[in-house]
Amino acid sequence: MNWPILSWIVFLPLFGVAALLLIKGNRHNAIRWTALLFTLADFVLTVILFVKFDGSSDAMQFKDGPTIWIQSLGITYSLGVDGISLLLVVLTPFLSAIAIASTWTSVTDKVKGFMVSMLLIETGMLGVFLATDLFLFYVFWEVMLIPMYFMIGIWGGPRKIYAAVKFVLFTMFGSLLMLLAIIALYLSSSPVAIGRTTDLTVIMSLTIAPETQIWLFLAFALAFAIKVPLFPFHTWLPDAHVEAPTAGSIILAGVLLKMGTYGFLRFCLPVFPEATVYFMPLISILALIGIIYGALVAMVQKDVKSLVAFSSVAHLGFVMLGMFALNMQGITGSILQMINHGIATGALFLLVGMIYERRHTRMIVDFGGIAHVMPVFATIFLIVTFASIGLPGTNGFVGEFLILLGTFKSNPVYAIIGTLGIVLAAVYMLWMVQRVFFGECTNEENRKLVDLNGREKLIAIPLVIMIFWIGIYPSTFTGKIEPSVKKIVERVNHDKQVTAATTGSDDESTGHENMESGEN
Amino acid sequence: MDFSWRIISPEIAVLATGFVILVVDLFLKRARNTVFTTLGFLGIMIAIGLVFRNFGILATSFGQSSMSFQNIVINDRMGLYFKLIFCLGTLLTIFVSSTYVKREMRGAGEYYTLMFLATFGMMVMASTTDLFTIFLGLEVMSIPLYVLAGMYRSRARSREASLKYFLMGAFASGFLLFGISLLFGAFGSTNMIEIHQRFAYISGQGMILAAAGAIFALIGFGFKVGLAPFHLWIPDVYEGSAAPVTAFMSAGPKAAGFAALFRIMSLFVPALEQNLGAILWILAVVTMTWGNIMAISQTNIKRMLAFSSIAHAGYVMIALTVGGSAGISSGTFYLLAYTIMNIGAFSIVVLFAGNGEKYEKISDFAGFGSKYPFAAVALTVFLLALAGFPATVGFVGKYRIFIAAIESGYVWLAIIGVVNSLISVWYYIGVIVTMYMKPAAADQPSAVGLSPSLLVAILVALIGTIGLGLFPDLWLKLADEAGRIGLASVSAVISNIL
Repeated sequence: MNWPILSWIVFLPLFGVAALLLIKGNRHNAIRWTALLFTLADFVLTVILFVKFDGSSDAMQFKDGPTIWIQSLGITYSLGVDGISLLLVVLTPFLSAIAIASTWTSVTDKVKGFMVSMLLIETGMLGVFLATDLFLFYVFWEVMLIPMYFMIGIWGGPRKIYAAVKFVLFTMFGSLLMLLAIIALYLSSSPVAIGRTTDLTVIMSLTIAPETQIWLFLAFALAFAIKVPLFPFHTWLPDAHVEAPTAGSIILAGVLLKMGTYGFLRFCLPVFPEATVYFMPLISILALIGIIYGALVAMVQKDVKSLVAFSSVAHLGFVMLGMFALNMQGITGSILQMINHGIATGALFLLVGMIYERRHTRMIVDFGGIAHVMPVFATIFLIVTFASIGLPGTNGFVGEFLILLGTFKSNPVYAIIGTLGIVLAAVYMLWMVQRVFFGECTNEENRKLVDLNGREKLIAIPLVIMIFWIGIYPSTFTGKIEPSVKKIVERVNHDKQVTAATTGSDDESTGHENMESGEN
Repeated sequence: MDFSWRIISPEIAVLATGFVILVVDLFLKRARNTVFTTLGFLGIMIAIGLVFRNFGILATSFGQSSMSFQNIVINDRMGLYFKLIFCLGTLLTIFVSSTYVKREMRGAGEYYTLMFLATFGMMVMASTTDLFTIFLGLEVMSIPLYVLAGMYRSRARSREASLKYFLMGAFASGFLLFGISLLFGAFGSTNMIEIHQRFAYISGQGMILAAAGAIFALIGFGFKVGLAPFHLWIPDVYEGSAAPVTAFMSAGPKAAGFAALFRIMSLFVPALEQNLGAILWILAVVTMTWGNIMAISQTNIKRMLAFSSIAHAGYVMIALTVGGSAGISSGTFYLLAYTIMNIGAFSIVVLFAGNGEKYEKISDFAGFGSKYPFAAVALTVFLLALAGFPATVGFVGKYRIFIAAIESGYVWLAIIGVVNSLISVWYYIGVIVTMYMKPAAADQPSAVGLSPSLLVAILVALIGTIGLGLFPDLWLKLADEAGRIGLASVSAVISNIL
């Protein structure tokens, strides 16, 4: 295919920015519609990409480049999509469109700036998922920080400046060390190619000494772990989530955090396979701590939004746990769970935003019994809650099941502890739902609440559809990602076997098993 | 031994422009800034054209540097690259100054003449292989700068700045001159090429003399480029001088000092690796860390940018410590990047500080994000570039320096460098926070009107910051070639001469 669809997907939002700059600042609706239309057009492109994507291949597809970009530094412009990034690429404009639609009444100040930031973030995120050059990846990774920083800092809550600066500094800290690791990879790429390069295909073909791998893995992993966020690097997340405007939270939880987990899958695992095996116990344990800690802290939150924020720490812990099971089920589940978390937590933030718009409070104690007043809202919220705690039939179940299955195969103890996390998740989510929606409607103000209007229903319904689609028929999605996952698993386990052979420990079976077993 | 006027034609053009402005000023009844700006613009454009013409000499001689004026003037890629940096810095400053000089200094031709004289001095510094000529260039550069610092006569701090700068500068010159005399004692020559030839023949005692001379010279230049702990004059002088003068001082003279340092140190570091390398390493770390840490607590934007300029000198010091062609080329490119983004930042300071530079406090900028959207966005871009965010020239510059450092095994220096970048994000972001996220004061200050010339300066700097951030290849390649001046190219010159 000659038409560079990936470049279009990445840069279409930028054209949207250009269009927005031409519109006068006070024509709020025109600005909103333009931003929404560009995002929807981008979504259509990603759906075309999804349909045309060949699910039987593990190669990078729709490759754009590598074109030489900065010759003297060996930097190429190259984009590509494979099973690992495909779903995230579709998710990004999907959630962005929902986020934009959610701002119709909640963002009324500096609408133009808001939409420009939104579209810039979109370009940044898509670029991160599609870039197959380390430098290009880094550029998108960092550039995206700025609009997000503005989004939290300008349209955020009372402690917005603190949250925004903390967000930037935490992320920068990790990514600067990653930059040095990128340079180190670039410098070691010379023997393979004619010149040095940061092109990922060349980097992947390098054989890096295990000691070097460990250092480089650490530098990359720190950047990604902060973004995920993996315990104990999570402290920026509750602040950023709570202070961000609703649309910012949706994007932050829905897509931005996935950049971290995606980074692990795209770079850490395949480029540093030996280091991955070496660090497997450490990261699994950190993930487990995150699961339990996130759940426990979520349980005691008084504010619904920070409850959801801490639940993200727990959910992302699952994603990491599954990924570092380093087998088919674990990683497939991990990728699926990234999408699930994006949909479910995005939806939760959206719904919390809707109720906040009505009552200007998110405190659990201020509510109670509002299921009687807002039946539609309560129904949707309950469905999303079920998805979040992984009830069978919803998307969360499929993801968590695969993750636990994979983890059980690699280390049963981790899986048992992980299951405890699911129980805790059910506790804090259901307890919160009970306090907010059921019981007596004691607060007079809550009796006057209006149920969702047409626009709000229209935004929420696609999310509900996706929850059930993935929950009931996941092979639409898993089918496309398996070959790429298999490739990573083989790459990592090849080294695992080598390490195992040298240390004389048990060899583990890595056979490819039928994924359909995880479904009803 | 020819007297190739073509080699020094850019210098002549710059010097002539300065004098033409001075003479024109005599015949004008009233100082007219448009006239000066136009003349200055034309002069710089001619100089830039001549610099490119001299690149042509190198192209025909297969990149071989050529010497002239009894081995004093060298025509090589590094010198030419630096001349372009100086010309760019002066060009941007002319546009930044235009209405400012009229408003704050009642228009003065001598302002421009002094600026061109200083530029001439810088060019001499970058294109000579003779230590004594470097010193002459340094003085020709510095003396106009002392005057420029004090030209903002209506404000006492400007006079203070001028005096401070002069006293400190005189001290620095003394150190440098002493260093040169020691080197002359050791080698019997002030010409770097001859010094290089005689390195093999000097005795152990001569080596001690040479090391002492190199260190004294380093201290002298350290004052000029603002390395900690020789930086103490910088905050006061940068704050006291008029903002366009500060912009000018922070870019060109710093680059000129580093140009001379690159040449001298590439001569001595290989021979004195053990001692000098460690000193440079420490200077680099101390300079960037001290600059960044002090910048955090500043409330005055000019002082903040002053400390940030110290930090940036520290990043260039990484390049100098690394040395070799990789180090020099990365440092050279970084100075180009710094010139663009820093003058860009100062051009917005000129705008925001308002009439009589009343509003220099960072807190004065609260609410400017919505009051002056274009200028605020521009300042944001410049500050992010200074902080080293990708898609700006500042990032490419740092990336190039870190590559050089890691390649040569200075991994810790690179790590300290990135940690410093992180610290710098803190205070650069602080300004952005103030502009966009703090509520405006009741009596919100107002910026001066955006004049066409200032707009040109801002736009050129913006295009440079982002354009070179995305497509730096040509300038990186030129810098790579400039970096090869090291000893290889000098010895090639020698073999040519002999």
